[in-house]
Amino acid sequence: MDTAFVIATIGRAFTAGTPLLLATLGEIIAERAGVMNLGIEGMMALGAVAGFGVSLESGSPWLGMLAAALAGISLSAIHAFVTIGMRAGQIVSGIALTMFGLGLSALIGKGYIGRPLQTPLHSITIPGLADLPFIGDILFRRDPIFYFAIIIAALIWIILYKTRWGIAIRSVGENPLAAETMGVDVAWVRVWCVLFGGALSGIAGGYLSIVYNPSWIEGMTAGRGWIVIALVIFSFWNPLRAVVAAFLFGGIDVMQFSLQSLGISPNLLRMFPYVATIVALLITSSSITRRHISAPEALGEPYQPR
Amino acid sequence: MNRHVFDSLEMTGIRKSFPGVIANDDISFSIHSGEVVGLLGENGAGKSTLMNILYGLIQPDEGEIRLNQSPVNFASPRDARRHGIGMVHQHFMLIPTHTVAENIALSLDDAPFFDPVSVINDRLDVCSRAYGIHVDPKAFVWQLSAGERQRIEIVKALLGNARLLLLDEPTSVMTPDEINEFIGVLRAMTAAGIGIVFITHKLEEILSVASRITVLRKGRLAGTVRPASKDTNRSGDTAVHDGKNMETSSGHDEVDKAALARLMVGRELEQIIPGKSPPEDDILFEVENLTVMDDRGRTAVKNVGFTIRRGEILGVAGVSGNGQRELIESLAGMRSPESGTARLADRVLPLDAGARAIFESGVAHIPEERMRFGTVANMSIQENIILKAGHRAPFSRRGIISFSAAANRTTEIVNEYRVAATSIVAPMKNLSGGNIQKVIVGRELADHPALVLAAHPTYGVDIGAAEGIRSHLRECRDAGGAVFLVSEELEELFELADRIAVMESGRIVGIVDPRTSSFGEVGMMMAGAHIPGRAISSGDKP
Amino acid sequence: MFGFSVRIERCQPASTTLSIVIILSAMTIGLFSAAALFVFKGFSPLTIVSKILTGAFGSRFAWMETIAKAVPLGLVGIGLAVAFRGKFWNIGAEGQILLGAVAASGIALFAAPHLPDKAVLPMMLTAGFAAGAIWGVIPALLRTRFGVNEVVSTLMMNYVAAELVQYLVYGPWKGASQMGFPYSDEFVSSAVLPTFYGTRVAWPMLVIVIVAAFVTWFLITCTRWGFETRVIGENPEAARYAGISHARVTIILMIISGGLAGLAGVGEVSCIHQHLTTSAAISSGYGNTGIIVAMLGRLHPIGVLPAAIFLGGLLVGGDVLQTSFGMPFASVNLFTAVILLLLITGDVFLDHRFRIRRDCPASSTAVIAPSDSTCGGKMRN
Repeated sequence: MDTAFVIATIGRAFTAGTPLLLATLGEIIAERAGVMNLGIEGMMALGAVAGFGVSLESGSPWLGMLAAALAGISLSAIHAFVTIGMRAGQIVSGIALTMFGLGLSALIGKGYIGRPLQTPLHSITIPGLADLPFIGDILFRRDPIFYFAIIIAALIWIILYKTRWGIAIRSVGENPLAAETMGVDVAWVRVWCVLFGGALSGIAGGYLSIVYNPSWIEGMTAGRGWIVIALVIFSFWNPLRAVVAAFLFGGIDVMQFSLQSLGISPNLLRMFPYVATIVALLITSSSITRRHISAPEALGEPYQPR
Repeated sequence: MNRHVFDSLEMTGIRKSFPGVIANDDISFSIHSGEVVGLLGENGAGKSTLMNILYGLIQPDEGEIRLNQSPVNFASPRDARRHGIGMVHQHFMLIPTHTVAENIALSLDDAPFFDPVSVINDRLDVCSRAYGIHVDPKAFVWQLSAGERQRIEIVKALLGNARLLLLDEPTSVMTPDEINEFIGVLRAMTAAGIGIVFITHKLEEILSVASRITVLRKGRLAGTVRPASKDTNRSGDTAVHDGKNMETSSGHDEVDKAALARLMVGRELEQIIPGKSPPEDDILFEVENLTVMDDRGRTAVKNVGFTIRRGEILGVAGVSGNGQRELIESLAGMRSPESGTARLADRVLPLDAGARAIFESGVAHIPEERMRFGTVANMSIQENIILKAGHRAPFSRRGIISFSAAANRTTEIVNEYRVAATSIVAPMKNLSGGNIQKVIVGRELADHPALVLAAHPTYGVDIGAAEGIRSHLRECRDAGGAVFLVSEELEELFELADRIAVMESGRIVGIVDPRTSSFGEVGMMMAGAHIPGRAISSGDKP
Repeated sequence: MFGFSVRIERCQPASTTLSIVIILSAMTIGLFSAAALFVFKGFSPLTIVSKILTGAFGSRFAWMETIAKAVPLGLVGIGLAVAFRGKFWNIGAEGQILLGAVAASGIALFAAPHLPDKAVLPMMLTAGFAAGAIWGVIPALLRTRFGVNEVVSTLMMNYVAAELVQYLVYGPWKGASQMGFPYSDEFVSSAVLPTFYGTRVAWPMLVIVIVAAFVTWFLITCTRWGFETRVIGENPEAARYAGISHARVTIILMIISGGLAGLAGVGEVSCIHQHLTTSAAISSGYGNTGIIVAMLGRLHPIGVLPAAIFLGGLLVGGDVLQTSFGMPFASVNLFTAVILLLLITGDVFLDHRFRIRRDCPASSTAVIAPSDSTCGGKMRN
């Protein structure tokens, strides 16, 4: 294989991994605060159609991204209201959210099918670094959202581990009762984390329709929302591991086409992330590793204040 | 007010009632700067309610709190904390996956936004210099022992500028070494002018650290006393006093341990209802070398052995949390023991095989928390009656449940135990606490078990129902069964039991005959004092 | 903020009447509020709702289409109701359907020529049940043996199953006669379920779903296993106290739950498609819709039947949206989603009450008493 092919493949892996990374980071924050949101697929779909529509109508992909974020936020607000406000089950609410997002995006997007987006986001060339051989092309001539995702990952890591907010978020997901006695407003923290997660999922969807494949087709999220649920576990709820995991999964997404020519079924390859997630779950559930990398203790449980 | 000054705190005429219980009845309490005041009482005596009122968790019905002579009203714990009151709960409010520093930072109002743990080191240094408390800020809480966790809670309160500390049974989780170190810390804190309320039921300890002791009994003030001088105190270690020093009136009389024990457990019963004549000498149930872990993986029951004869009730006295719960759960098959054996009528009980195997061996279990374990609230009374025997005849045949058999059994029990229920298919949750307990006891005793494990069978049950339950346990004994009765009510144990084993720190520290023993003696053994001639581990003959 | 705050507090559960009122209001309000979203596309909500209802229930043909969809939904819903009764969050019905379809197709494609005609369909149904059950038991084992959260494992296994189907129809099982479409060869006639004349309703499947509902109802209420399932679902701690084997109960429960979903898959390939097709075509989200069916049916096997008909009707209504209004079929998800959201939100009223009270710092920052102390130490019961 020649260098150009490798560079192109790795580059495509990064592009495919970017939306996965964004949504994974959002879900990590929500799950760290104890709220599982299975509605990512729906939030991404709505984000995709909102992003595409606004980009198309306004001519500005940036406005499109903003609209995508808002779409994600508004869907996640429903989840926040139902699960935190009303303390209904997170699993069922998340699934309903996915259906809602898929349905609404299909409805809104009907008129957009087949219309190309003329104003994609341009890549940013980082001066100096972009001229480095090999890695210059891979890492430093990319779209702005790629950099945004990397920065967000670092930012979330800093927030989670180096700030008061982070301690509060993690406390709320581990032991909301103790957090409450220490003066943390559990519901408030959870609501913000869910909304933040929704924003990132929305942007992830917007990336699909504005950058990855500048167009709208129904069902263009293609199950990525569920891959994200897997990625959160696969990265053990850590934003930096999420970067590695997301681009790895992005690579698998890209490789299936390359490997198809070698006679390897893309479908069997695509099973890998899901099987790997079950294995990862098996590892996190075992008693030995539990202390270090297990799911937040209070994940999925509605918090009932006294 | 200035949170940094604490001079005195007084509570007068505090009264608080909950549905069905008067938790605090006209209680007065005071503490001054630099003082350790013990708050002593059995479980349910009202100590926790009083302290929760002081901490703003509960509002009193009547009474007044004065801080530094001016009346105050704490609407919430945050309010209390603002006034310099800190509380260390018995169940720690720490987040196990966080480091010590993160736990402390979360509770500090003034930690910086970025890198909040950075300030913790300096403050911990100050704390360690001032009071001699050492904690490792980088350690994860899950790695720490309970004693170390306790220390973190205290540090948290101190760094939050608490000037009056409420410690709820702080030593119950500590090793002896930790206790010694902790007493040093207490002295340093009082020297700095901090007031400390020390809630406990360990007599020895409270006598050595407190300057005054307020004793509560059944929601009322039993008295406020001063520890006796060292001489009297020492004699209390070795022998039981005959009650000359006992004082029940309020005032600041000097007391030794024996007197304090009597003050805590109440007036000695003059006439103890005699138990039956000593039972025949054949052993029905025998436990040997039983060691059991608690949920956190610590050894809760340490190499315990005892026997129960046919037709005997063995009572277990002890302060809660000394291994009684783990002991009874392991005997009931709910908690696999680390080691040890139990034999019922010469057959080894399969303690590892789950609760059903134990039940099949003829063991009944009246569990400690009846709503959590004993019943299924949303299912009918009839289904709760067959909760344990539903898998076998007559209640199920070839996998099909026989509701007529269940209904017959339920009707029998409802009639015999006078369960007040509208219908046998009404959901369990519609019953009152006493009636729920009747259903459980009825279910457990219905198959004439050879061994009954009863944990606090009359706890929180009205007097009439409690008396009924006791007489059913007696019937069980008289029918030749063995009864293992864990209770926190000494009166109940003295009334029912043929022998009383006392558990302390996971061991049986002695077995006494209620006809020749006294509340004071058992109370002292519960508090960890060794009494010569009483430290028998197993199988003693009364 | 406004001097008042709303607190939600637990209270005694309310009557079954309220429960039914909640179901009916969720259905009605859900229908209309989802239809209201079509205003942006220039349609009146009333028109939308009436078109959906007539499309689903307006004629014999409509009813038959509705029932054709209600059959798989009912099978899946009954299975999920059983699983949820035992507090096992089976989100994997979709995968269990697909596995059932694959197993039945395997029999139809490869074993049918060697089998007597009469044995083919029973074999397909048995294999489909077994395959769905195996796919369901795996997460049950992972949960009871290793503590693996079943929500994620069942979810992941859906996608493994979907990729397996795709692999088969694009790869080894791709039909020679299908002109490049990702279908297997057509089933031989002995492997095709008989239908009511002129409809897509396979009468054996209709019989199976009704029998399954009554049998499961009997199993849940009258058998030892059902009793133990309900104890685990209501109070796992009491189950441990009573010595009930969590693993055994859960495995049986997932055999039933997965097996019924597998049967639904058999019905889809053997009657509707008559060949193995792509995963999305075999089950258009029956796994997730089945969750709503189970919830609307209040986890009661018999209650699931009307719920399945209602949702089957909605799905048919989705076709109507497509044909009459040119709306995408997926927009029917709006209706199911809004109904589900309203249902779970409304259910909060079943055992909670709302209290409005004056805001004061005390109430908003109240701390839970952690020890045995909140009620004077009488909290044990």
